Amino acid sequence: MATANETKTSSYRVIGTRPIRHDGVDKVTGRAVYGNDVQLPGLLYGRVLRSPHAHARIRSIDTTKAEKLPGVFAVISSADIDPHESKMAELGEGSVNLQYLCENVLARKKVLYKGHAVAAVAAVNAHVAEEALKLIEVDYDPLHAVTWVLDAMKDDAPILIDDLKTEGAPLPHSKGPTNIAQHIVFSKGDIEKGFAEADVIIEREFKSATVHQGYIEPHVATALWSPDGHLSIWASTQGSFTCRQQTAELLALPVSKVTVTPCEIGGGFGGKIRVYIEPIAALLSKKSGRPVKVLMNRADVFESTGPTPGSFIRVKLGAKRDGRLVAGDAWMAYDAGAYPAGIIGPGCVCVFSCYDLPNARVEGFDVVLNKPQTAAYRAPGSTNAAFACETVIEELAEKLGIDPIEFRLKNAAKEGTRRPDGPAYPVIGLVETLKTAKAHPHYSATLEGPNRGRGVGCGFWMNAGLKSSVTAHVNGDGTVTLVEGSTDIGGTRTSIAMQLAETLGITAEEVVPRVVDTDSVGYTDVTGGSRTTFATGWAAHDAAIDIVKQMSARAAEFWKCSPDEVTFDRGLFSSKSHALTFKELAGKIQETGGTITGRASVEAKGVGATFGTHIVDVEVDPETGKVKILRYTAVQDCGRVIHPSYAEGQIQGGVVQGIGWALNEEYVYDADGRMRNASMLDYRMPTAVDVPTIEPVMVEVPNPRHPYGVRGVGEVPICPPPAAIGAAIYNAIGIRMYELPMSPPKVCQAIINEASAK
Amino acid sequence: MVEPIDTTMRLGRRSFLKGSGVAAAAATVAGTMAEEVAHGADAAPPSSGPGAVEITLSVDGKELKSSIEPRVTLLDALRDYLNVTAAKRVCDRGTCGACTVLIDGKSIYACSMLAIEAQGKKITTARGLMKGDELHPIQQIFWEKDASQCGFCTPGFVTACAAVLAKNPKATFEDMKRAVDGNICRCGTYEQMFQVFEQLTGKGA
Repeated sequence: MATANETKTSSYRVIGTRPIRHDGVDKVTGRAVYGNDVQLPGLLYGRVLRSPHAHARIRSIDTTKAEKLPGVFAVISSADIDPHESKMAELGEGSVNLQYLCENVLARKKVLYKGHAVAAVAAVNAHVAEEALKLIEVDYDPLHAVTWVLDAMKDDAPILIDDLKTEGAPLPHSKGPTNIAQHIVFSKGDIEKGFAEADVIIEREFKSATVHQGYIEPHVATALWSPDGHLSIWASTQGSFTCRQQTAELLALPVSKVTVTPCEIGGGFGGKIRVYIEPIAALLSKKSGRPVKVLMNRADVFESTGPTPGSFIRVKLGAKRDGRLVAGDAWMAYDAGAYPAGIIGPGCVCVFSCYDLPNARVEGFDVVLNKPQTAAYRAPGSTNAAFACETVIEELAEKLGIDPIEFRLKNAAKEGTRRPDGPAYPVIGLVETLKTAKAHPHYSATLEGPNRGRGVGCGFWMNAGLKSSVTAHVNGDGTVTLVEGSTDIGGTRTSIAMQLAETLGITAEEVVPRVVDTDSVGYTDVTGGSRTTFATGWAAHDAAIDIVKQMSARAAEFWKCSPDEVTFDRGLFSSKSHALTFKELAGKIQETGGTITGRASVEAKGVGATFGTHIVDVEVDPETGKVKILRYTAVQDCGRVIHPSYAEGQIQGGVVQGIGWALNEEYVYDADGRMRNASMLDYRMPTAVDVPTIEPVMVEVPNPRHPYGVRGVGEVPICPPPAAIGAAIYNAIGIRMYELPMSPPKVCQAIINEASAK
Repeated sequence: MVEPIDTTMRLGRRSFLKGSGVAAAAATVAGTMAEEVAHGADAAPPSSGPGAVEITLSVDGKELKSSIEPRVTLLDALRDYLNVTAAKRVCDRGTCGACTVLIDGKSIYACSMLAIEAQGKKITTARGLMKGDELHPIQQIFWEKDASQCGFCTPGFVTACAAVLAKNPKATFEDMKRAVDGNICRCGTYEQMFQVFEQLTGKGA
């Protein structure tokens, strides 16, 4: 089947334009229906009792008093859910072990972090539910907690999961119980030989604090378990089918007995893929016979849902005097959190992904410890890795006396470069972003004044493809209703509709995109992995081709000619003697056999990886250690850009989160493993007064394997900021920072240490 | 910048007591479920605080009545009792701005005020900023400039901006920026909001 690329030249009519989003009015007026806006007759309010201890054995749970409180309709604990065997379920971007998922949803025998769910109540209102929680008696036997990844790897560390076995590469010295869930080793060439050839070698150690995705909408789920055994869930989720599958597996229901309606979603960034409260709402509904809405409060979100890993990373790089990298060695330990999480995997892939290293070794560990089970966060694992690798790259460039962008250009990965984990790159755009950054006026602009400096940094994300389905109905007025399963987090209704519109030769406004429940569209993976515009857009393209084929046949019928004689170009169907626009023909389809529906399901291969190069100017206050961002330029290979405003918005949004990660955000733990800053006041995310104007510069290196050349855009922009800002701080005050966040106390301490060393 | 709220309680002891036996307040989610509500209400416990009282709130130009316990915040009253959902519940602690509403034209975190305190005042949510089917000029520009991604914080930002402009039509770009420094947008659409502020304040319009 012809792709649009083959049927048309380079000039697109919809792609590359900036139509106003379809759901914009609902968003600015507060009419859009998010998970917590769902109301059902007889709705009960669910609340979850959470562990006050970071690590404890549960001796007993007594819910009797809570059950007797008037206004309480149901109380549940792990006794209400059958245990699961250790079995993996695929979730699109990642997979999940059902035993651990089940124990994370409701703790069984042990609690593994402060905030671990222990029991839940459904009551007539939230106040009664909260009062009932206080009446549940849990007898805990507190155990020692461990929250620093290197401590959790020690032989005498408290063990969280007694029967945990290390997966992956063998660990020769490991014996007995362990917290190491996974051990990864990638290697390429011969690093000993490589380092022996090096003229300069630099080795550094890096720490990153745990940070949270920080989506402002708390997790919320409303469940109605009907007497006929059908379960309906309205959820805030990045993937309705993923939510359906996990819930069905945990509750031992066939997926066909569960309907998940994805509501509008108030952010996710990777953190709304795993289920937490959906099965709890379902069980409370089953027990009470009423619909139940479970809503997390903000502390629950911080303490009980996936942050992204804290980490320890050691990176060693060697280069020749001429600036050629010859060897790299990385040793990386990432928090898994309470259960194996595997974000170390992409971390290991990403650490050297920007460079052509002839000899490399990467060793990684996924380490269980007393924090919430970690989850994906925008390019999961890559930002920690980029901070480490890019900082060493900067130091090497300085030592060799080479301009930092020039040094990167000498070693940049390109088509054919083989990463240490195996794959060789297809067409990629790192070199283009570096050249564009070097030529950008920001890079050569004068930066004057004390304590000011400029830094650069690169980042990589692999992006995902996965499965997407759409159906598209042609309406008699020439509009097309686009039915899709991809939760719209930041404008994908429009970016997908634009690809359908381009293919059909109609306007974006003539497409009516609808995100529907799991019974109303084919299987679609999560909105995550920067895959939605890429893969669901691809499905929309294919559905449009299906429509064109069917409408050409109708035109032939109408014109009494062979379908082969009908051609289609930019919204016009024509034969030798006839022509009808898409809209005109749409008006006649009811006379010629009825409705036309295009369908497509894709398993999108040919994913295009994305790279970014960022430039940042900072000013450091030597008294307080506060770092102010003066100017920020983010260059990114975006593949073919569908909607420039959305691509720019993704870049800017990623940078804002990267700035927060670099300068402020962290989980602060006390000695007993309790998070001390579980509020939006104390866990400080950037506001309008913290960020400067961020200039996005989009380089378009189209992905040759997508019908419209799309690459994922959303994740990579979070990766370069910490390293780029670290480099800028060094150039401002002459001090290298090796720990995130580079918050005022840490920068201040570094300045004091430096002064006392002199 | 959020104005300090008036915390003077205008409800006398009598009014508290008056409502205490009438537990009809409980779970008055939409008005379409009288039977279910009554069922829940019958089972509602004697509250650990004063019982429910009949209150009337003027919300987005409509007088809405409900029976609400004095401990219920304005935000929860709007969302869970009056089915007005434009103000969003995010932190419930006055730290994020997503629940910003106008009280007599001033921006207030609805999570940090009790519903009973809001009686007799004019409450406006993002929904109520519209004139009929027409968007408020701020909403129109937010929409055109695409100053939202997920949209969850948007009603709060729009209302905070409306408050500062209502108070000072000549507000500067910096005034606008300060007006939203108590609001968090995690999608990071600040750049688009800056464009909105520029247009609203005539700078670069």
